[in-house]
Amino acid sequence: MRAPLLFAAVACLFVLTGEMQSWNVALAILNMALVSAIMAMGVNIQWGYAGLFNIGGMGFVALGGLAAVLVSMPPVPEAWAAGGVGVVAGLALGALTVIGAITLVRRMPAGRMRTVLLLAVLIAGFILYRRVFDPAVSAVEAVTPAATGYLGGLGLPILLAWPAGGLIAAGAAWLIGKTALGLRSDYLAIATLGISEIVIAILKNEDWLARGVKNVIGLPRPTGVPFEVELQRSAAFLDWAAAWGFDPMTASSIVVKLAYAGFFVVVLGLIVWLAERALRSPWGRMMRAIRDNEVAAEAMGKDVTARHLQVFVLGSAVIGIAGAMMTTLDGQLTPGTYQPLRFTFLVWVMVIVGGSGNNWGAVLGGFLIWWLWVMVEPIGLWLMEVVTSGMADGLLKNRLIEAAAHMRLFVMGLVLLFVLRFAPRGLIPER
Amino acid sequence: MDIINALVVFANFVFVPGLAYGAQLALGALGVTLVYGILRFSNFAHGDTMAFGTMAAILVTRGLQAMGISFGPLPTALIALPFAIAATAALVLATDRGIYRFYRKVRAAPVILVIVSMGVMFVMNALTRFIIGVDEINFADGGRFIIAAREFKELTGLAEGLAIRTTQVITVVTAAVAVGLLFWFLGNTRTGKSMRAYSDNEDLALLSGINPERVVAVTWIIVAALATTAGVLYGLDKSFKAFTYFQLLLPIFAAAIVGGLGSPLGAIAGGFLIAFSEVTVTYAWKRVLGYLLPADLAPEGLVQLMSTDYKFAVSFAILVIVLLFRPTGLFRGKSV
Repeated sequence: MRAPLLFAAVACLFVLTGEMQSWNVALAILNMALVSAIMAMGVNIQWGYAGLFNIGGMGFVALGGLAAVLVSMPPVPEAWAAGGVGVVAGLALGALTVIGAITLVRRMPAGRMRTVLLLAVLIAGFILYRRVFDPAVSAVEAVTPAATGYLGGLGLPILLAWPAGGLIAAGAAWLIGKTALGLRSDYLAIATLGISEIVIAILKNEDWLARGVKNVIGLPRPTGVPFEVELQRSAAFLDWAAAWGFDPMTASSIVVKLAYAGFFVVVLGLIVWLAERALRSPWGRMMRAIRDNEVAAEAMGKDVTARHLQVFVLGSAVIGIAGAMMTTLDGQLTPGTYQPLRFTFLVWVMVIVGGSGNNWGAVLGGFLIWWLWVMVEPIGLWLMEVVTSGMADGLLKNRLIEAAAHMRLFVMGLVLLFVLRFAPRGLIPER
Repeated sequence: MDIINALVVFANFVFVPGLAYGAQLALGALGVTLVYGILRFSNFAHGDTMAFGTMAAILVTRGLQAMGISFGPLPTALIALPFAIAATAALVLATDRGIYRFYRKVRAAPVILVIVSMGVMFVMNALTRFIIGVDEINFADGGRFIIAAREFKELTGLAEGLAIRTTQVITVVTAAVAVGLLFWFLGNTRTGKSMRAYSDNEDLALLSGINPERVVAVTWIIVAALATTAGVLYGLDKSFKAFTYFQLLLPIFAAAIVGGLGSPLGAIAGGFLIAFSEVTVTYAWKRVLGYLLPADLAPEGLVQLMSTDYKFAVSFAILVIVLLFRPTGLFRGKSV
């Protein structure tokens, strides 16, 4: 009975926001809450099912966003003509160098010969890669840099970017998992933290890929989601709004948000359904057995490292899907806005508060914590104004009112600490 | 002459900055490694402990400056340092009392403590922002240069200048003093020895009558001192911003792990290894090579292996390589 009540309570928060502030704000929070819930599901699959400590969520979110650009933006033929071949060849050379180095280490017996050969392959490969790659990149980035300056995407419907985001994130996760999963848990944490920073660095600097900090804007919308301006011009919509007595501006923006919410609810529902099925299947029981006692599971003949890799890839794919959805919702990819506190650690708060190991808990945590994250600032400001209303104007008063802007981190930290201390199993505990 | 010029360019842009940065990382990594050795978890709040300590130092510095006290050619922040350490120590001891002690008592898994430290990280970060805001603050005063580039050129008659900033020298000297004190303390005092015993074998240490709460408290005080010193030195060398210290977490952890978590000597080696690799890989070698190579071989490009924005990638690559080939780190740290 506990879970439905909690969900009803969170729903009340959103309704209250809608009634007291505006429905536009409430729906904007709801859309991001839906995306956050999916991110929390991804972290929950890794941490709750298998006990893997991944603090690189931000990187997978950003890879999902990259997928949105690569799938949906129109290709830039001039850029492809200028340096497309060179970029692809350069990347292939780089990959070949790494594969060659790995094969060398695996195939040759250790010794001075191997070290020398390895260094030779790496250095020669690097120089060759830079020789091919650098001129191609300059050529691509010189093509109308103010508008494009990158290779563009495939020009496909953006809905395809959601599974594509999952695939790209899964591929990255496979690479990370292959190297870091055999190590102990703290090292996986640091490794994922590092990878996520590197992903952001790549997105910020490789202009040929997705324009770097110049941002890609004006991403297409999914079929079925109209633009606000189109709605405001359509006579049918204006009549409909007038018949119900809505302001056409507000109504158009609400309709668009509802359309997005519809898509997001479908994806969230699908992922929750699949995750619930997986959790109740023999596979889910095996994962929990591995989480609770690795040695015993290994004694039963379970391949712990392979299962860890599997669940790490799955969870990261879910986070990647959420990342692609978020970029679709924003309509732009802005690498400068990816902050680890927001996209990694906040998602962790969602999972812990909601209840790790429980899919519904992760979803609830996503909704509740995202709402809190957005609303803490206005509430804090209001609180500070009430507190300081009796004070004379001065340094302390200004300081307190300014401090409201930083309430978010403070409240999130306190919530996390209190839940860990007094309700470590979260709001909806694992059954 | 060309070789000397090349050496001067190298010292000016790679060696001296790398040395200062390495000293800062080493101090940070020492704090991480001590918490790991005694309390047995990776403390994600360490970066924000550094930020808090630096903030305290800035506030005391401002107070001192308002009273007209200065340290001559040296930055006033050095006088403020002991006060800042005391404030930070009070904060981390209170955090330990209020938060970490409970999890020690219930013998929680290390990974739970890591998540708890994430919560502490949020709160400490918020505290720093509450008190001092998010603006960039430059609090270095006193003389700016020990030797400026132009003076050096005039002095030696070389084409290239070598600038050594006061903060760089202070960083290296202070770090050396701090490390010397730490090793003396760990090696020669009764408390220090009991800390090492506790780190090596908790049960045996308890059996021989070592008071664990005392060991933990002393550890936190030392960690506060190291974190504050590292933070202040970094802030003097660059500048203070409430959130840059969080970004230092990755190189600091990389240094501690590469050296071997739990090994103080390893933390220092790791700090310098990471710092020098970052600086070397992201430096554009054109000028150095221009002096060393014959004119017709001089490079056209910048000869920069990676752009500076990829410095994370460097610490990370070293981390992965060391972990793959020597999972306990260079100095055989512990692996729980």
